[in-house]
Amino acid sequence: MLRHISLTVNGTRHDADVEPRQLLVYFIRETLGLTGTNVGCDTSTCGACTVLIDGRSVKSCTMLAVQADGRDITTIEGMARNGDLHPIQRAFHENHGLQCGYCTPGMIMAAASLIEENPQLSEESVRMGLEGNLCRCTGYQNIVKAILAAAEEIRSSARVSSR
Amino acid sequence: MIPAAFEYERAESVDQAVQLLGEHEDAKLLAGGHSLLPLMRLRLARPSLLVDIDRLSDLEYVREAGDTIEIGALARMSDLATDQTLWKHCPLLAHVCGEVGDPQVRHRATIGGSVAHGDPASDPPTALLTLDAVLVVRGPSGERTVPAKSFFTSVFETDLGPQDVLTAVRVPKLASGTGWSYQKFHRRAIDWAIVGVAAVVERDDGHLKRAAVGLTNMGSTPLRASGVESALAGAEAAPQALAAAAEHAPEGTAPVSDTNASAEYRTELSKILVRRALEEALAR
Repeated sequence: MLRHISLTVNGTRHDADVEPRQLLVYFIRETLGLTGTNVGCDTSTCGACTVLIDGRSVKSCTMLAVQADGRDITTIEGMARNGDLHPIQRAFHENHGLQCGYCTPGMIMAAASLIEENPQLSEESVRMGLEGNLCRCTGYQNIVKAILAAAEEIRSSARVSSR
Repeated sequence: MIPAAFEYERAESVDQAVQLLGEHEDAKLLAGGHSLLPLMRLRLARPSLLVDIDRLSDLEYVREAGDTIEIGALARMSDLATDQTLWKHCPLLAHVCGEVGDPQVRHRATIGGSVAHGDPASDPPTALLTLDAVLVVRGPSGERTVPAKSFFTSVFETDLGPQDVLTAVRVPKLASGTGWSYQKFHRRAIDWAIVGVAAVVERDDGHLKRAAVGLTNMGSTPLRASGVESALAGAEAAPQALAAAAEHAPEGTAPVSDTNASAEYRTELSKILVRRALEEALAR
């Protein structure tokens, strides 16, 4: 039996009837057509499907679409504003924080949650914070560099805006 | 991978969840879903009905109640891992909740789900067993409490009946000055423990007044290392005494062999991790 859900994705409200067994990642990709969120391992391991739910990073392959009813979801498509890359996206670009790019959307969403929870990130806390995101190219050095750079930029812009 | 089809109901209260669970023979509760949904994707679990209690936010709390800390079953691992009350009175449990899975998993996973799932490789059940926690359960005939030591019955099996809902976990506050440690041995950060060891020690004049030691993944349930505990009773808080007691770690255990390690390996590892846990607990 289909269930009606109503949720906000990247600021836009969506209403849909879904099968209870539909996983959130497939709802995002196939129903909404937002294919920036990737399916990697399908076993809650790799983190390629990471999105923000009410601001916190979650693996969207391990949540039912019905469980997202009423929630506020951000995917990689919701990060850039008015054509300007989000500071984390820009930092990945500038620090070459990707090789094949498959893990990148999940890395960026995981990083957004990490920086939100603790803007004073150290290299170690970034590495620990990425334990749920795998890069099969093993490009971690520059990913960590990019996240530290983004955290620094977000910290300093917060300082500017609080003046 | 898509789970087999099921019906879905969102419970608005614990009582409604109890009632819904009674309507289908193989209904399952769904909270954070980080144990159940992976099993359903692999079709190792095929419940006919999921009763979703994920939003019963009145079960998401940590509060002091006299000598105990009570934790609502839906408290998330990520919140428990940073909870100041828990860190103050029960740092072992706060630390262990931060060792589960990864940040994304901890944002969803609940303490109640971890306990009710009954996985002997899971860390929080061992911490609760070591801390002499009590579990609060609501079922068709009302509320009851179950000590952790009689809650876990076998692999993925607990004292919970088909219509029972675990609603809270009660953990005694640790006396100030109590040492603690959790040693989790695994190859990748997100893996389950190949073996895990929880230790809580109280000292008195260079001797051990009380020691509780729990083992993860050394049998079909979390276990207390009772051989170690008796060897430590009144023992000197010195490296040799700790090492000698740690040799008793495998007593009464029945570890499995799997892709991560053989039973023999786990047996040896348990002694080393018990020693390390006792040393760290005494250093704290």
